[in-house]
Amino acid sequence: MTDLISSTPTGRGATERSSRRERVALLVPGLGYVTAFMAVPVLLVLSYVFFQRGRFGGVVYEFTWDNFSRAFTPTYRAVLVDSLVIAGAATLLALLIGYPVAYAIAMLPDRLRNIALVLVVIPFWTNFLVRTYAWIVLLSNEGVVNRSLERFGVIEDPITLLYTRGAVIVGLVYAYLPLMILPLYASISRLDPELREAATNLGASRFTVFRTITWKLSLPGVLTGCIFVFVPSLGNFIIPELLGGGKFVMVGNVVRDQFLKARDWPFGATLALVLIVVLAVLFFVQSRVSRRLSTGGPS
Amino acid sequence: MKSLGWLRLPLALCMLFLYLPIAVLVVMSFNGGRSAFTMDGLSFRWYAKLAGNGDLLTALGNSLLVATGATVIAVVLGTTLAVGLARYTRSSTLDAYAMAPAIMPDLVLAIGLLAFYSLISMTLGLFSVMLAHAVFGMAFVVAVVRARLVQADPALEEASRDLGAPAFTTFRRVTLPTIAPAVIAGALLTFTLSLDEFVIAFFTNGPTTPTLPISIYSMVRFGVTPEINALATVLLLVSFTVVIASARLSRRTEALDE
Repeated sequence: MTDLISSTPTGRGATERSSRRERVALLVPGLGYVTAFMAVPVLLVLSYVFFQRGRFGGVVYEFTWDNFSRAFTPTYRAVLVDSLVIAGAATLLALLIGYPVAYAIAMLPDRLRNIALVLVVIPFWTNFLVRTYAWIVLLSNEGVVNRSLERFGVIEDPITLLYTRGAVIVGLVYAYLPLMILPLYASISRLDPELREAATNLGASRFTVFRTITWKLSLPGVLTGCIFVFVPSLGNFIIPELLGGGKFVMVGNVVRDQFLKARDWPFGATLALVLIVVLAVLFFVQSRVSRRLSTGGPS
Repeated sequence: MKSLGWLRLPLALCMLFLYLPIAVLVVMSFNGGRSAFTMDGLSFRWYAKLAGNGDLLTALGNSLLVATGATVIAVVLGTTLAVGLARYTRSSTLDAYAMAPAIMPDLVLAIGLLAFYSLISMTLGLFSVMLAHAVFGMAFVVAVVRARLVQADPALEEASRDLGAPAFTTFRRVTLPTIAPAVIAGALLTFTLSLDEFVIAFFTNGPTTPTLPISIYSMVRFGVTPEINALATVLLLVSFTVVIASARLSRRTEALDE
Protein backbone atom coordinates (compact mmCIF):
# COMPACT_ATOMS: atom_id res chain seq x y z
CA MET A 1 0.00 0.00 0.00
CA THR A 2 2.68 2.41 1.12
CA ASP A 3 4.76 1.80 -1.97
CA LEU A 4 1.82 2.20 -4.28
CA ILE A 5 1.04 5.62 -2.89
CA SER A 6 4.51 7.02 -2.61
CA SER A 7 5.36 5.87 -6.12
CA THR A 8 2.56 7.94 -7.60
CA PRO A 9 4.18 10.24 -10.16
CA THR A 10 4.21 13.77 -8.82
CA GLY A 11 6.06 16.14 -11.08
CA ARG A 12 4.92 15.75 -14.66
CA GLY A 13 5.50 17.66 -17.87
CA ALA A 14 5.34 21.40 -17.49
CA THR A 15 5.25 21.23 -13.68
CA GLU A 16 8.62 19.48 -13.62
CA ARG A 17 10.65 22.57 -12.78
CA SER A 18 8.29 24.07 -10.21
CA SER A 19 7.98 20.66 -8.53
CA ARG A 20 11.71 20.57 -8.16
CA ARG A 21 11.61 23.92 -6.44
CA GLU A 22 8.79 22.79 -4.17
CA ARG A 23 10.76 19.72 -3.32
CA VAL A 24 13.74 21.80 -2.24
CA ALA A 25 11.51 24.21 -0.31
CA LEU A 26 9.82 21.39 1.58
CA LEU A 27 12.79 19.15 2.25
CA VAL A 28 15.73 21.46 2.83
CA PRO A 29 14.62 23.43 5.93
CA GLY A 30 13.63 20.34 7.92
CA LEU A 31 16.55 18.17 6.87
CA GLY A 32 18.88 21.13 7.39
CA TYR A 33 17.59 21.53 10.92
CA VAL A 34 18.16 17.85 11.73
CA THR A 35 21.64 18.17 10.28
CA ALA A 36 22.51 21.29 12.25
CA PHE A 37 21.01 20.24 15.57
CA MET A 38 21.53 16.50 15.55
CA ALA A 39 23.93 15.11 12.97
CA VAL A 40 26.62 17.77 13.32
CA PRO A 41 26.47 17.87 17.17
CA VAL A 42 26.58 14.10 17.54
CA LEU A 43 29.41 13.70 15.02
CA LEU A 44 31.27 16.58 16.63
CA VAL A 45 31.12 15.10 20.11
CA LEU A 46 32.06 11.69 18.78
CA SER A 47 35.11 13.15 17.06
CA TYR A 48 36.30 14.11 20.54
CA VAL A 49 37.09 10.47 21.32
CA PHE A 50 40.38 10.89 19.45
CA PHE A 51 41.43 14.07 21.21
CA GLN A 52 42.71 15.15 24.60
CA ARG A 53 41.25 17.05 27.44
CA GLY A 54 42.44 20.62 27.78
CA ARG A 55 44.09 21.72 30.98
CA PHE A 56 41.03 23.71 32.07
CA GLY A 57 38.44 21.56 30.38
CA GLY A 58 37.64 21.94 26.72
CA VAL A 59 39.28 19.92 24.01
CA VAL A 60 42.84 19.98 22.68
CA TYR A 61 42.90 18.75 19.11
CA GLU A 62 45.85 16.37 19.42
CA PHE A 63 45.31 12.81 18.37
CA THR A 64 45.35 10.07 21.02
CA TRP A 65 44.02 6.57 21.69
CA ASP A 66 44.19 7.10 25.44
CA ASN A 67 40.46 7.58 25.90
CA PHE A 68 39.79 4.08 24.64
CA SER A 69 42.36 2.38 26.80
CA ARG A 70 40.97 4.29 29.77
CA ALA A 71 37.38 3.32 28.96
CA PHE A 72 38.37 -0.32 29.25
CA THR A 73 40.38 -0.15 32.44
CA PRO A 74 38.91 -2.40 35.18
CA THR A 75 37.08 0.50 36.89
CA TYR A 76 35.14 1.60 33.85
CA ARG A 77 34.76 -1.93 32.52
CA ALA A 78 33.00 -2.74 35.79
CA VAL A 79 30.70 0.27 35.34
CA LEU A 80 29.86 -0.87 31.81
CA VAL A 81 29.17 -4.44 32.87
CA ASP A 82 27.10 -3.24 35.81
CA SER A 83 25.05 -0.95 33.57
CA LEU A 84 24.41 -3.78 31.13
CA VAL A 85 23.37 -6.09 33.98
CA ILE A 86 21.03 -3.53 35.57
CA ALA A 87 19.46 -2.49 32.26
CA GLY A 88 19.20 -6.16 31.26
CA ALA A 89 17.51 -7.11 34.53
CA ALA A 90 15.05 -4.24 34.20
CA THR A 91 14.25 -5.31 30.63
CA LEU A 92 13.70 -8.93 31.62
CA LEU A 93 11.51 -7.97 34.55
CA ALA A 94 9.48 -5.59 32.37
CA LEU A 95 8.98 -8.42 29.87
CA LEU A 96 7.86 -10.84 32.58
CA ILE A 97 5.34 -8.32 33.91
CA GLY A 98 4.41 -6.87 30.54
CA TYR A 99 3.68 -10.03 28.57
CA PRO A 100 0.76 -11.40 30.59
CA VAL A 101 -0.58 -7.85 30.97
CA ALA A 102 -0.39 -7.15 27.22
CA TYR A 103 -2.01 -10.54 26.59
CA ALA A 104 -4.81 -9.81 29.03
CA ILE A 105 -5.46 -6.38 27.47
CA ALA A 106 -5.59 -7.95 24.00
CA MET A 107 -8.27 -10.36 25.26
CA LEU A 108 -10.48 -7.61 26.69
CA PRO A 109 -13.63 -6.48 24.86
CA ASP A 110 -13.08 -3.33 22.72
CA ARG A 111 -14.31 -0.71 25.15
CA LEU A 112 -12.41 -1.98 28.16
CA ARG A 113 -9.35 -2.49 26.00
CA ASN A 114 -9.12 1.21 25.16
CA ILE A 115 -9.59 2.16 28.80
CA ALA A 116 -6.87 -0.29 29.86
CA LEU A 117 -4.49 1.12 27.26
CA VAL A 118 -5.09 4.68 28.39
CA LEU A 119 -4.53 3.58 32.00
CA VAL A 120 -1.21 2.02 31.02
CA VAL A 121 -0.12 5.16 29.19
CA ILE A 122 -1.15 7.79 31.77
CA PRO A 123 1.75 7.18 34.18
CA PHE A 124 4.10 7.41 31.24
CA TRP A 125 2.89 10.92 30.49
CA THR A 126 3.47 12.10 34.01
CA ASN A 127 6.70 13.83 34.84
CA PHE A 128 9.60 11.40 34.84
CA LEU A 129 11.22 12.91 37.94
CA VAL A 130 7.92 12.82 39.82
CA ARG A 131 7.47 9.15 38.99
CA THR A 132 10.97 8.36 40.18
CA TYR A 133 10.52 10.47 43.28
CA ALA A 134 7.37 8.51 44.18
CA TRP A 135 9.57 5.49 44.76
CA ILE A 136 11.65 7.37 47.31
CA VAL A 137 8.44 8.00 49.24
CA LEU A 138 7.56 4.31 48.98
CA LEU A 139 10.92 2.72 49.66
CA SER A 140 12.74 4.85 52.22
CA ASN A 141 13.22 3.64 55.79
CA GLU A 142 10.24 5.67 57.04
CA GLY A 143 8.46 5.04 53.75
CA VAL A 144 5.10 3.49 53.08
CA VAL A 145 6.37 -0.03 52.41
CA ASN A 146 8.40 -0.27 55.60
CA ARG A 147 5.61 1.33 57.68
CA SER A 148 3.06 -1.14 56.37
CA LEU A 149 5.30 -4.13 56.92
CA GLU A 150 5.95 -2.98 60.48
CA ARG A 151 2.27 -2.43 61.20
CA PHE A 152 1.41 -5.91 60.01
CA GLY A 153 4.22 -7.31 62.11
CA VAL A 154 6.17 -8.75 59.22
CA ILE A 155 9.31 -6.90 60.29
CA GLU A 156 10.42 -5.10 63.43
CA ASP A 157 13.06 -2.78 62.10
CA PRO A 158 12.91 -1.11 58.73
CA ILE A 159 14.67 -2.99 55.98
CA THR A 160 16.87 -1.14 53.54
CA LEU A 161 14.99 -0.87 50.28
CA LEU A 162 16.09 2.49 48.95
CA TYR A 163 19.61 3.01 47.62
CA THR A 164 19.92 -0.61 46.56
CA ARG A 165 20.42 -2.21 43.19
CA GLY A 166 16.87 -3.55 43.46
CA ALA A 167 15.50 -0.03 43.89
CA VAL A 168 17.29 1.09 40.72
CA ILE A 169 15.90 -1.87 38.78
CA VAL A 170 12.35 -1.33 40.08
CA GLY A 171 12.61 2.37 39.22
CA LEU A 172 13.65 1.55 35.65
CA VAL A 173 10.89 -1.04 35.25
CA TYR A 174 8.34 1.44 36.55
CA ALA A 175 9.60 4.20 34.27
CA TYR A 176 9.58 2.16 31.06
CA LEU A 177 6.95 -0.57 31.54
CA PRO A 178 4.46 1.14 29.19
CA LEU A 179 7.11 1.04 26.45
CA MET A 180 7.16 -2.74 26.88
CA ILE A 181 3.40 -3.26 27.08
CA LEU A 182 2.43 -1.20 24.02
CA PRO A 183 4.47 -3.04 21.35
CA LEU A 184 3.64 -6.38 22.98
CA TYR A 185 -0.03 -5.50 22.89
CA ALA A 186 0.26 -4.39 19.26
CA SER A 187 1.72 -7.69 18.13
CA ILE A 188 -0.45 -9.94 20.33
CA SER A 189 -3.70 -8.24 19.34
CA ARG A 190 -2.82 -8.76 15.68
CA LEU A 191 -2.64 -12.55 16.04
CA ASP A 192 -5.38 -14.48 14.36
CA PRO A 193 -7.34 -16.32 17.10
CA GLU A 194 -8.15 -19.05 14.59
CA LEU A 195 -4.53 -20.17 14.64
CA ARG A 196 -4.82 -20.89 18.35
CA GLU A 197 -8.15 -22.62 17.86
CA ALA A 198 -6.76 -24.76 15.09
CA ALA A 199 -3.82 -25.82 17.22
CA THR A 200 -6.10 -26.65 20.13
CA ASN A 201 -8.42 -28.64 17.89
CA LEU A 202 -5.44 -30.58 16.60
CA GLY A 203 -4.73 -31.61 20.18
CA ALA A 204 -1.95 -29.23 21.25
CA SER A 205 -1.73 -28.54 24.97
CA ARG A 206 -2.28 -24.98 26.15
CA PHE A 207 1.43 -24.60 26.79
CA THR A 208 2.31 -25.87 23.33
CA VAL A 209 -0.21 -23.48 21.77
CA PHE A 210 1.36 -20.61 23.65
CA ARG A 211 4.93 -21.59 22.86
CA THR A 212 4.54 -22.45 19.18
CA ILE A 213 1.94 -19.87 18.19
CA THR A 214 1.37 -16.93 20.49
CA TRP A 215 4.93 -16.47 21.71
CA LYS A 216 6.56 -17.18 18.39
CA LEU A 217 4.33 -14.84 16.40
CA SER A 218 4.63 -12.06 18.95
CA LEU A 219 8.45 -12.18 18.92
CA PRO A 220 8.77 -8.97 16.87
CA GLY A 221 6.79 -7.18 19.58
CA VAL A 222 8.92 -8.79 22.26
CA LEU A 223 12.09 -7.56 20.56
CA THR A 224 10.75 -4.06 20.07
CA GLY A 225 9.55 -3.85 23.66
CA CYS A 226 12.89 -5.09 24.99
CA ILE A 227 14.78 -2.49 22.96
CA PHE A 228 12.39 0.26 24.03
CA VAL A 229 13.12 -0.56 27.68
CA PHE A 230 16.79 -1.46 27.40
CA VAL A 231 17.89 1.60 25.41
CA PRO A 232 16.68 4.34 27.79
CA SER A 233 17.60 2.22 30.83
CA LEU A 234 21.21 1.86 29.76
CA GLY A 235 21.90 5.58 29.43
CA ASN A 236 19.76 6.68 32.37
CA PHE A 237 21.52 8.66 35.07
CA ILE A 238 18.61 10.02 37.10
CA ILE A 239 17.23 6.76 38.48
CA PRO A 240 20.64 5.41 39.58
CA GLU A 241 21.27 8.72 41.28
CA LEU A 242 17.93 9.17 43.04
CA LEU A 243 17.09 5.54 43.83
CA GLY A 244 20.62 4.16 43.95
CA GLY A 245 21.90 7.01 46.09
CA GLY A 246 25.00 7.32 43.93
CA LYS A 247 26.16 3.88 45.03
CA PHE A 248 25.29 2.34 41.71
CA VAL A 249 27.05 4.26 39.03
CA MET A 250 25.89 3.56 35.52
CA VAL A 251 27.49 4.68 32.23
CA GLY A 252 25.08 7.61 32.04
CA ASN A 253 26.27 8.92 35.41
CA VAL A 254 29.90 8.78 34.33
CA VAL A 255 29.18 10.53 31.04
CA ARG A 256 27.25 13.25 32.87
CA ASP A 257 30.04 13.72 35.40
CA GLN A 258 32.76 13.82 32.73
CA PHE A 259 30.87 16.56 30.93
CA LEU A 260 29.58 18.65 33.78
CA LYS A 261 31.98 18.02 36.69
CA ALA A 262 35.36 16.64 35.60
CA ARG A 263 35.06 18.54 32.33
CA ASP A 264 36.89 15.77 30.51
CA TRP A 265 34.76 15.90 27.38
CA PRO A 266 36.88 13.52 25.28
CA PHE A 267 36.59 10.77 27.86
CA GLY A 268 32.86 11.38 28.37
CA ALA A 269 32.41 11.23 24.60
CA THR A 270 34.27 7.92 24.47
CA LEU A 271 31.93 6.34 27.01
CA ALA A 272 28.97 7.73 25.07
CA LEU A 273 30.42 6.11 21.96
CA VAL A 274 30.52 2.75 23.77
CA LEU A 275 26.85 3.30 24.60
CA ILE A 276 26.00 4.04 20.98
CA VAL A 277 27.90 1.00 19.71
CA VAL A 278 25.97 -1.27 22.10
CA LEU A 279 22.69 0.25 20.94
CA ALA A 280 23.64 0.06 17.25
CA VAL A 281 24.41 -3.64 17.63
CA LEU A 282 21.02 -4.15 19.28
CA PHE A 283 19.15 -2.35 16.49
CA PHE A 284 21.07 -4.37 13.91
CA VAL A 285 20.20 -7.66 15.61
CA GLN A 286 16.58 -6.61 15.94
CA SER A 287 16.21 -5.70 12.29
CA ARG A 288 17.84 -8.97 11.20
CA VAL A 289 15.71 -11.09 13.49
CA SER A 290 12.44 -9.38 12.67
CA ARG A 291 13.17 -9.60 8.97
CA ARG A 292 13.78 -13.32 9.31
CA LEU A 293 10.60 -13.72 11.32
CA SER A 294 8.51 -11.83 8.79
CA THR A 295 9.91 -13.54 5.67
CA GLY A 296 10.44 -17.01 7.08
CA GLY A 297 7.06 -17.17 8.79
CA PRO A 298 6.39 -19.56 11.65
CA SER A 299 8.44 -22.70 11.38
CA MET B 1 -14.08 -10.17 31.28
CA LYS B 2 -15.07 -13.77 32.00
CA SER B 3 -12.80 -15.18 29.32
CA LEU B 4 -9.75 -13.60 30.95
CA GLY B 5 -9.53 -16.28 33.63
CA TRP B 6 -6.35 -16.12 35.66
CA LEU B 7 -5.07 -13.27 33.46
CA ARG B 8 -7.15 -10.90 35.56
CA LEU B 9 -4.54 -11.24 38.30
CA PRO B 10 -1.50 -9.92 36.38
CA LEU B 11 -3.66 -7.14 34.94
CA ALA B 12 -4.84 -6.08 38.40
CA LEU B 13 -1.33 -6.33 39.87
CA CYS B 14 0.10 -4.25 37.04
CA MET B 15 -2.46 -1.51 37.59
CA LEU B 16 -1.64 -1.60 41.30
CA PHE B 17 2.06 -1.33 40.48
CA LEU B 18 1.42 1.59 38.13
CA TYR B 19 -0.94 3.54 40.37
CA LEU B 20 0.14 2.81 43.95
CA PRO B 21 3.15 5.18 43.84
CA ILE B 22 0.99 7.88 42.30
CA ALA B 23 -1.79 7.37 44.82
CA VAL B 24 0.65 7.59 47.72
CA LEU B 25 2.01 10.91 46.40
CA VAL B 26 -1.48 12.34 46.12
CA VAL B 27 -2.48 11.26 49.63
CA MET B 28 0.76 12.53 51.17
CA SER B 29 0.33 15.92 49.50
CA PHE B 30 -2.58 16.65 51.85
CA ASN B 31 -0.41 15.97 54.87
CA GLY B 32 -0.87 18.39 57.73
CA GLY B 33 2.55 17.64 59.20
CA ARG B 34 6.05 18.38 57.99
CA SER B 35 7.01 14.86 56.98
CA ALA B 36 6.71 13.59 53.43
CA PHE B 37 6.28 10.07 54.74
CA THR B 38 3.86 10.17 57.66
CA MET B 39 0.35 11.51 57.62
CA ASP B 40 -0.40 13.98 60.39
CA GLY B 41 -3.84 15.37 59.74
CA LEU B 42 -5.22 16.77 56.52
CA SER B 43 -4.46 20.20 55.13
CA PHE B 44 -3.86 22.25 52.02
CA ARG B 45 -0.88 24.05 53.52
CA TRP B 46 1.62 22.55 51.08
CA TYR B 47 -0.49 23.67 48.17
CA ALA B 48 -0.52 27.15 49.62
CA LYS B 49 3.23 27.03 50.01
CA LEU B 50 3.56 25.82 46.45
CA ALA B 51 1.44 28.67 45.11
CA GLY B 52 3.76 31.10 46.90
CA ASN B 53 6.93 29.52 45.52
CA GLY B 54 8.11 32.21 43.13
CA ASP B 55 11.14 30.30 41.84
CA LEU B 56 8.95 27.42 40.81
CA LEU B 57 6.49 29.68 39.05
CA THR B 58 9.35 31.31 37.16
CA ALA B 59 10.60 27.87 36.17
CA LEU B 60 7.11 26.96 34.98
CA GLY B 61 7.04 30.15 32.90
CA ASN B 62 10.43 29.25 31.41
CA SER B 63 9.17 25.78 30.54
CA LEU B 64 6.04 27.11 28.88
CA LEU B 65 8.09 29.59 26.85
CA VAL B 66 10.52 26.90 25.70
CA ALA B 67 7.71 24.46 24.89
CA THR B 68 5.79 27.05 22.88
CA GLY B 69 8.81 28.09 20.82
CA ALA B 70 9.92 24.51 20.26
CA THR B 71 6.41 23.54 19.19
CA VAL B 72 6.18 26.35 16.64
CA ILE B 73 9.54 25.43 15.08
CA ALA B 74 8.78 21.71 15.18
CA VAL B 75 5.33 22.03 13.62
CA VAL B 76 6.39 24.33 10.77
CA LEU B 77 9.53 22.41 9.83
CA GLY B 78 8.09 18.98 10.66
CA THR B 79 4.91 19.40 8.63
CA THR B 80 6.67 20.71 5.53
CA LEU B 81 9.30 18.00 5.82
CA ALA B 82 6.68 15.26 6.20
CA VAL B 83 4.86 16.50 3.09
CA GLY B 84 8.16 16.68 1.22
CA LEU B 85 9.12 13.17 2.28
CA ALA B 86 5.75 11.68 1.42
CA ARG B 87 5.25 13.39 -1.93
CA TYR B 88 8.66 14.15 -3.36
CA THR B 89 11.01 11.34 -2.47
CA ARG B 90 10.95 7.62 -2.07
CA SER B 91 14.03 7.47 0.08
CA SER B 92 13.60 5.44 3.25
CA THR B 93 17.04 6.68 4.32
CA LEU B 94 15.77 10.26 4.39
CA ASP B 95 12.69 9.09 6.32
CA ALA B 96 14.91 7.45 8.90
CA TYR B 97 17.19 10.48 9.03
CA ALA B 98 14.27 12.83 9.70
CA MET B 99 12.95 10.65 12.51
CA ALA B 100 16.35 9.77 14.01
CA PRO B 101 16.23 12.47 16.75
CA ALA B 102 13.22 10.66 18.22
CA ILE B 103 15.20 7.48 18.86
CA MET B 104 18.59 9.06 19.55
CA PRO B 105 19.37 8.48 23.25
CA ASP B 106 18.68 11.79 25.00
CA LEU B 107 22.05 11.75 26.74
CA VAL B 108 23.93 11.50 23.44
CA LEU B 109 21.89 14.30 21.89
CA ALA B 110 22.41 16.38 25.03
CA ILE B 111 26.21 16.14 25.10
CA GLY B 112 26.34 16.60 21.33
CA LEU B 113 24.36 19.81 21.55
CA LEU B 114 26.43 21.04 24.48
CA ALA B 115 29.61 20.47 22.47
CA PHE B 116 28.07 22.10 19.40
CA TYR B 117 26.82 25.18 21.26
CA SER B 118 30.19 25.55 22.89
CA LEU B 119 31.94 25.28 19.51
CA ILE B 120 29.82 28.03 17.97
CA SER B 121 30.07 30.02 21.24
CA MET B 122 26.33 30.21 21.69
CA THR B 123 25.15 31.51 25.04
CA LEU B 124 23.34 28.76 26.94
CA GLY B 125 19.86 29.66 28.09
CA LEU B 126 16.22 29.20 27.25
CA PHE B 127 16.84 29.81 23.55
CA SER B 128 19.41 27.03 23.26
CA VAL B 129 17.04 24.66 25.08
CA MET B 130 14.21 25.65 22.75
CA LEU B 131 16.27 24.90 19.62
CA ALA B 132 17.25 21.56 21.13
CA HIS B 133 13.69 20.59 22.04
CA ALA B 134 12.52 21.53 18.54
CA VAL B 135 14.79 18.92 16.96
CA PHE B 136 13.22 15.90 18.67
CA GLY B 137 9.75 17.49 18.56
CA MET B 138 10.12 17.83 14.81
CA ALA B 139 10.96 14.15 14.49
CA PHE B 140 7.70 13.27 16.26
CA VAL B 141 5.71 15.69 14.08
CA VAL B 142 7.26 14.11 10.97
CA ALA B 143 6.39 10.62 12.21
CA VAL B 144 2.75 11.44 12.98
CA VAL B 145 2.07 13.58 9.89
CA ARG B 146 3.89 11.17 7.60
CA ALA B 147 1.71 8.31 8.84
CA ARG B 148 -1.40 10.35 8.11
CA LEU B 149 -0.21 11.26 4.61
CA VAL B 150 0.28 7.62 3.75
CA GLN B 151 -3.44 7.05 4.38
CA ALA B 152 -4.51 10.13 2.43
CA ASP B 153 -5.40 9.88 -1.23
CA PRO B 154 -2.77 11.69 -3.37
CA ALA B 155 -5.31 11.86 -6.21
CA LEU B 156 -6.97 14.78 -4.41
CA GLU B 157 -3.77 16.82 -4.59
CA GLU B 158 -3.25 15.85 -8.20
CA ALA B 159 -6.79 16.84 -9.07
CA SER B 160 -6.26 20.23 -7.45
CA ARG B 161 -3.07 20.75 -9.43
CA ASP B 162 -4.56 19.55 -12.69
CA LEU B 163 -7.33 22.08 -12.20
CA GLY B 164 -4.64 24.74 -12.10
CA ALA B 165 -4.27 25.51 -8.39
CA PRO B 166 -0.82 26.86 -7.47
CA ALA B 167 1.25 24.65 -5.17
CA PHE B 168 0.61 26.75 -2.11
CA THR B 169 -3.15 26.82 -2.67
CA THR B 170 -3.18 23.05 -3.05
CA PHE B 171 -1.26 22.74 0.18
CA ARG B 172 -3.53 25.13 2.07
CA ARG B 173 -6.87 23.96 0.70
CA VAL B 174 -6.28 20.23 0.16
CA THR B 175 -3.24 18.87 1.97
CA LEU B 176 -3.47 20.83 5.19
CA PRO B 177 -7.11 20.02 6.02
CA THR B 178 -6.36 16.34 5.45
CA ILE B 179 -3.41 16.27 7.81
CA ALA B 180 -4.75 18.80 10.34
CA PRO B 181 -5.55 16.20 13.07
CA ALA B 182 -2.04 14.78 12.75
CA VAL B 183 -0.48 18.25 12.89
CA ILE B 184 -2.44 19.01 16.07
CA ALA B 185 -1.44 15.66 17.55
CA GLY B 186 2.20 16.35 16.68
CA ALA B 187 2.00 19.81 18.24
CA LEU B 188 0.50 18.44 21.48
CA LEU B 189 3.14 15.73 21.58
CA THR B 190 5.98 18.21 21.10
CA PHE B 191 4.56 20.57 23.70
CA THR B 192 4.12 17.89 26.37
CA LEU B 193 7.45 16.23 25.64
CA SER B 194 9.21 19.58 25.84
CA LEU B 195 7.52 20.50 29.13
CA ASP B 196 8.66 17.21 30.60
CA GLU B 197 12.11 16.98 29.06
CA PHE B 198 14.94 17.00 31.56
CA VAL B 199 18.19 15.53 30.26
CA ILE B 200 18.71 17.78 27.23
CA ALA B 201 17.57 20.88 29.14
CA PHE B 202 19.95 19.95 31.96
CA PHE B 203 22.92 19.99 29.56
CA THR B 204 21.98 22.85 27.26
CA ASN B 205 20.59 25.31 29.77
CA GLY B 206 22.41 28.22 31.31
CA PRO B 207 22.85 28.42 35.07
CA THR B 208 20.24 31.13 35.70
CA THR B 209 17.15 29.97 33.83
CA PRO B 210 15.94 26.59 35.05
CA THR B 211 12.99 24.88 33.39
CA LEU B 212 10.43 23.18 35.59
CA PRO B 213 11.97 19.67 35.44
CA ILE B 214 15.34 21.16 36.39
CA SER B 215 13.76 22.86 39.42
CA ILE B 216 12.01 19.63 40.39
CA TYR B 217 15.30 17.79 40.08
CA SER B 218 17.07 20.13 42.48
CA MET B 219 14.10 20.04 44.88
CA VAL B 220 14.11 16.24 44.90
CA ARG B 221 17.86 16.10 45.41
CA PHE B 222 17.66 18.62 48.21
CA GLY B 223 15.15 16.61 50.17
CA VAL B 224 11.75 15.13 50.37
CA THR B 225 8.94 17.42 51.54
CA PRO B 226 5.15 17.45 51.21
CA GLU B 227 5.62 20.47 48.97
CA ILE B 228 7.06 18.23 46.25
CA ASN B 229 4.14 15.87 46.81
CA ALA B 230 1.76 18.77 46.21
CA LEU B 231 3.64 19.82 43.09
CA ALA B 232 3.63 16.22 41.87
CA THR B 233 -0.13 16.03 42.41
CA VAL B 234 -0.72 19.19 40.40
CA LEU B 235 1.45 17.88 37.56
CA LEU B 236 -0.34 14.53 37.69
CA LEU B 237 -3.67 16.28 37.39
CA VAL B 238 -2.45 18.26 34.39
CA SER B 239 -1.11 15.23 32.55
CA PHE B 240 -4.23 13.17 33.35
CA THR B 241 -6.34 15.90 31.81
CA VAL B 242 -4.14 16.21 28.73
CA VAL B 243 -3.99 12.45 28.11
CA ILE B 244 -7.72 11.96 28.51
CA ALA B 245 -8.51 15.02 26.39
CA SER B 246 -6.23 13.89 23.58
CA ALA B 247 -7.61 10.33 23.75
CA ARG B 248 -11.11 11.77 23.33
CA LEU B 249 -9.97 14.11 20.57
CA SER B 250 -8.36 11.32 18.60
CA ARG B 251 -11.44 9.12 19.00
CA ARG B 252 -13.62 11.94 17.76
CA THR B 253 -11.46 12.63 14.70
CA GLU B 254 -11.41 8.91 13.93
CA ALA B 255 -15.17 8.89 14.12
CA LEU B 256 -15.32 11.88 11.75
CA ASP B 257 -13.20 10.06 9.23
CA GLU B 258 -15.60 7.17 8.94
